Amino acid sequence: MDTSLNNDLITRPDSMLGRVISSAKLRDAVKGIKRIKRSHRQIRTENVFKKTLVIVALSTIVLVLGIMVTLAWQSTLSIKASGLGYLWGKVWDPVQDIFGAYPFILGTLLTSFLALIISIPFSFAVGIFLGEYFPNGLASNFLKNTVELIAAVPSVIYGFWGLAVLVPIVRSFETAIGVTPVGLGIFTSSLILAIMIIPYAASLARSMIQMVPSNLKEAAYSLGATRWEVIRSVILPYTKSGLFAGILLSLGRALGETMAVTMVIGNTSLIPKNIFSPGNTMASIIANEFTEADHPVYLSALIELGLVLFLVTVVINMLGRRIIKQFTQD
Amino acid sequence: MKSMKGLALAVVALAITAGMTMSSCGDAGNGSGADSSANKGGEDNTILGAGATFPNPLYSKMFSEYNKTTGLKVNYQSIGSGGGIQQLTAKTVDFGASDAPMNGKQDSALSAPVIHIPATAGAVVISYNLPDLKDTLKLTPDVVAKIFLGDIKKWNDKAIATINPGVKLPATDIQVAHRSDGSGTTNIFTTYLTKVSKDWESKVGKGSSVNWPVGLGGKGNEGVAGSIKQTPGGIGYVELAYAIQSNMAYAKLQNKAGNFITPSIASVTAAANITIPADAKVSLTNTDAPDGYPISGLSWILVYKEQKYDNRSADKVSKMLKLIQWMIHDGQQYSAALNYAPLSPAAVAVGDAQLKSVTYDGKPVLQ
Repeated sequence: MDTSLNNDLITRPDSMLGRVISSAKLRDAVKGIKRIKRSHRQIRTENVFKKTLVIVALSTIVLVLGIMVTLAWQSTLSIKASGLGYLWGKVWDPVQDIFGAYPFILGTLLTSFLALIISIPFSFAVGIFLGEYFPNGLASNFLKNTVELIAAVPSVIYGFWGLAVLVPIVRSFETAIGVTPVGLGIFTSSLILAIMIIPYAASLARSMIQMVPSNLKEAAYSLGATRWEVIRSVILPYTKSGLFAGILLSLGRALGETMAVTMVIGNTSLIPKNIFSPGNTMASIIANEFTEADHPVYLSALIELGLVLFLVTVVINMLGRRIIKQFTQD
Repeated sequence: MKSMKGLALAVVALAITAGMTMSSCGDAGNGSGADSSANKGGEDNTILGAGATFPNPLYSKMFSEYNKTTGLKVNYQSIGSGGGIQQLTAKTVDFGASDAPMNGKQDSALSAPVIHIPATAGAVVISYNLPDLKDTLKLTPDVVAKIFLGDIKKWNDKAIATINPGVKLPATDIQVAHRSDGSGTTNIFTTYLTKVSKDWESKVGKGSSVNWPVGLGGKGNEGVAGSIKQTPGGIGYVELAYAIQSNMAYAKLQNKAGNFITPSIASVTAAANITIPADAKVSLTNTDAPDGYPISGLSWILVYKEQKYDNRSADKVSKMLKLIQWMIHDGQQYSAALNYAPLSPAAVAVGDAQLKSVTYDGKPVLQ
């Protein structure tokens, strides 16, 4: 932004300098001048642009706060009816107006963290491979684009793919290990989620690893370190905050993912017995039941579920930030 | 040149911000947006409706046919029965549509009385996946309730075997599939089970979404159908029209009179050939009709009894009522081709009486 602005000033015919000079000279010249005479039009453009930025930035804050206030306000009916017991109530029965979110909170956390555990080795491997081993070249570009494409595929397509391909595979796997062969369930959703969140951690890891100063790595190599030793004791410690931020980004995506999960999780309000059981997540129950929530308390309970999901995401993000801070301080 | 570009950029950014603020306002007052467009759309030649998804294919066909002869435009949004009732309550649509009659809580939210006009009928069938079975499975209400309660767990259970003599049933587990999304289909099905089983009534009850004791949820008819097709030993409930179109196997069900009835358009129409109360709020489930399929249900159009509200013109009201009248008479010819059951004469008679009771400023509109 800055340099383009300078260029802008200098190439203007009515500015002090008048003609185009080489850019190095030019920068010195600009440094020397404290005040530059600007035309009204320039100043106006500047002001309009700055104001626009401020408005856009502020409106995001207003939007987020607005969403939270709306959620809290709309869920008062349910909060009054169920109280805090909403969070650990085990029964979700819209017929008798008993609303307990525990099975869905559990389902959301189980699928998200399981997905994270499955995806981390892949995303870090891709990150290290692209960042350290093959940062350039046709093959690496191809891999990079492919991984980024994973993030661009709409989630309903993952859902269909999961239903058509993954579910039968998981079903035969379940038959082999001797659990009820349902196919749909928390494990299948975690697998789908894991694939969906790989690019987030991977691309952040790649760019962080590429930013490791080469003199650090060269120093390690010159002391006789092998590649693995350089990765382990130079690159990973240097980039750990970035890697962690990538994980956090992935987790955020996993917590809120709705469509793909809804299609393969099995959608039951019963508490999952193990990771192969069918279950439900907060996001998918909202998507499923919102349109036909036919009485006010029910609707309010669903909105409260949205509020809980919102807060869970905020808390996990804050915890993550704190952990990153501590990591980077050592 | 460059500064021009900067200015253009700023203008674009500003436009985006303005757009965002406006769209956020729109989201906040979801209903009010639709409202103003309804009023502004203003020429009285557009009728706005919202509600049930189940009759949407039929309604779309009817509206397009009606448009050809009269030029009246109908904008119907199939957002679900609950949504339709909410929109009607907020007076953002001219008519609502629902697969279930309005309940007490919904009634009490209304500012003025609403009448129910039966417009079409549908049924819910019990579909299953037993690849080796040659005959059509027969089921009794009691067995259906026990299967969906999780009390009957195997296909070769005695209770199923006794009603299907001579049929070789496999020893596989029963895998129940149900709708995960709130739906009128679930409402009809659970209303039926509540009527025929005391256990179901006390443990689960009826509603658009219920707390299922067993089974997997699938989104929409296609989700349940997919679940049944993929799982050997699967059983679930889907709309009749959907089951016919996708060639699924479905069971004969014993009705109140004791006959095993194959769900079909004819047996659904037959189910509605009973005495229908004047307010048309009747559930056809567990029908008294001896040849009626027991899990049938009407789908209603909902309008306010007094039509003079929110500056509605008399012309628009009369156009809308004529449309509904056409739907329950001439419009019924499009039912069968789309696998909907035409209304029974009894239902049409009640619908006519209901339509004639609609007033504009206290005076009846249709003669």
